Amino acid sequence: MTGHAGILRHAIQRLLGVIPTLLVLVTIAFFLIRVAPGGPFDAEKALPAEIQANLNVKYHLDEPLVQQYLRYLGQILTFDFGPSFQYKDWTVNELIGEGFPVSLTVGGLAMLLAFVVGTVIGVTAALRQNTAVDYGSMGFAMLGISIPNFVIAPLLILLFAVFLGWLPAGGWDWSLNRMVLPVITLALPVIAYVARLTRGSMIEVLHSNFIRTARAKGLPERAVILQHALKPALLPVISFMGPATAGLITGSVIVERIYAIPGLGSYFVQGALNRDYTLVMGVVIFYGLLIILLNFTVDMLYAWLNPKIRYDEKR
Amino acid sequence: MELGDVKGRSPWEDAWHRLLKNRAAVTSAIIMGVMVVVVVLGPMLSPWEGDFTDWDHTFSPPSFATGHWFGTDAVGRDILVRTLEGGRISLLVGLVATLVSLAIGVTYGSVAGYYGGYTDRVMMRAVDIVYAMPFMFFVILLMVVFGRNIFLIFVAIGAINWLDMARIVRGQTLSLKNTEFVEAAQACGVQRRDIIVRHIVPNLLGVVIVYATLTIPQVILVESFLSFLGLGVQEPMSSWGALVNDGAQDLESAPWTLIFPALVLTVTLYCFNYIGDGLRDALDPKDRL
Repeated sequence: MTGHAGILRHAIQRLLGVIPTLLVLVTIAFFLIRVAPGGPFDAEKALPAEIQANLNVKYHLDEPLVQQYLRYLGQILTFDFGPSFQYKDWTVNELIGEGFPVSLTVGGLAMLLAFVVGTVIGVTAALRQNTAVDYGSMGFAMLGISIPNFVIAPLLILLFAVFLGWLPAGGWDWSLNRMVLPVITLALPVIAYVARLTRGSMIEVLHSNFIRTARAKGLPERAVILQHALKPALLPVISFMGPATAGLITGSVIVERIYAIPGLGSYFVQGALNRDYTLVMGVVIFYGLLIILLNFTVDMLYAWLNPKIRYDEKR
Repeated sequence: MELGDVKGRSPWEDAWHRLLKNRAAVTSAIIMGVMVVVVVLGPMLSPWEGDFTDWDHTFSPPSFATGHWFGTDAVGRDILVRTLEGGRISLLVGLVATLVSLAIGVTYGSVAGYYGGYTDRVMMRAVDIVYAMPFMFFVILLMVVFGRNIFLIFVAIGAINWLDMARIVRGQTLSLKNTEFVEAAQACGVQRRDIIVRHIVPNLLGVVIVYATLTIPQVILVESFLSFLGLGVQEPMSSWGALVNDGAQDLESAPWTLIFPALVLTVTLYCFNYIGDGLRDALDPKDRL
């Protein structure tokens, strides 16, 4: 029981730790947007001074900076990112609502694919350590790490859309056909990392005493691997899920642009190029939150799965 | 006992021999050496200027007859020269930004580790906080707010990558702190700053080298990523990321504009990763992945 209490206390500590991170995130975002030249109501033709003043009052731009900052903090607490500068009549929240489900679908599928395929490759390589299979799959994994996704994507389009004509080159209509290439592009580097991690930890686990015991008592090899070795070998992979998500989110910016997918990443890039500050801020804070919360979840999952970690004592 | 002829081998020599046995790493190092020479000298030897527009040969495929070995782009610029010139920027960014992150990371990590106690807790807590941020987005944000500037790229990318370095260096410093030679220095009354600079940092070299080698490809990748989005280096300057971006636009009509820069970029990243892996195996044999 003490173990559970320990995890609970650790969870609360970690959650408290999230608060300063968020605060720094929002603060940097807020002051960067103030430093940025241009404002929400800049137009080619300058507005009459009275209208400008009224608008400033409406959006509280006339208040002292500190008051605006506090107001912004309050706004963020209610998940209100304000109006977009460029997409007229759209709030940033609405834009996120439009784009995020698309990104989530592509990213989620990529994550699933990456962890399944990566684990299988990693375990296979570990079981055949120092054979051609091992070298081949690790060489492939290194390639997956080294080829940037903005190189893979055009190459995949060239091969499957232009030369072979099997799949559409881009666009989005929620059909599986159009998801195949983006999901593969996003998943490849993660597959590579997961494969390397799994192989490494699997080899280590296979050398440990409890595996020798399992073999000594005559368990079939299959049971040794699946029931005893796999779970501890996957622990580093679990803790990689946090960074992997962050990587997928970053990668989605590129992938959505190349495949013309109307996800959050493409809004972000468009916002950045159009200097749509509120949109860019909103997306940064939203993604920041997402990454922080996911890291927290992964951390908890890890603590729960790993019997060696008990948060009773200070490490 | 005839020990006179036996020459002791330092750990560095051992590491060197281990490294030379790693064929992937040695091959990669040779390829990278050639790459650096070609990128630096190549543009001077080529008959074309990087920004010269050969209107007689726009979108011409790779051919020896036209003199454009890698073909030309939409306005007739020679892809080979552009790739080499882009390589200068990409490799330079890789090197400088890595040095920036090393400088920050080693200083921060060794100070936190050596001073310990409250200083350490506060400093590492700050690292934890910053670590959880979506950094790529902050870099993009910086480029948007302050404009595209090559020095900003160096600093911004360097500023992302120092966190890992600081953590690794701190860990190593903690274990070095209680060794006899540091205690001896303390007993002699050497100042803390001098102990860090003269006794701690030189002993971190192995880890730092390994990590720096692995940082270079990451940094090149980040720069390419920015340039691909149109937020990196500005015309007429070019980098591999910018060239891949250009090439991806003309993918169907002129695939060579994509394939050559993409190939060179990938080979470079591949080689750096193998060199880094080889160095890690050589310098830190107990921690292999």
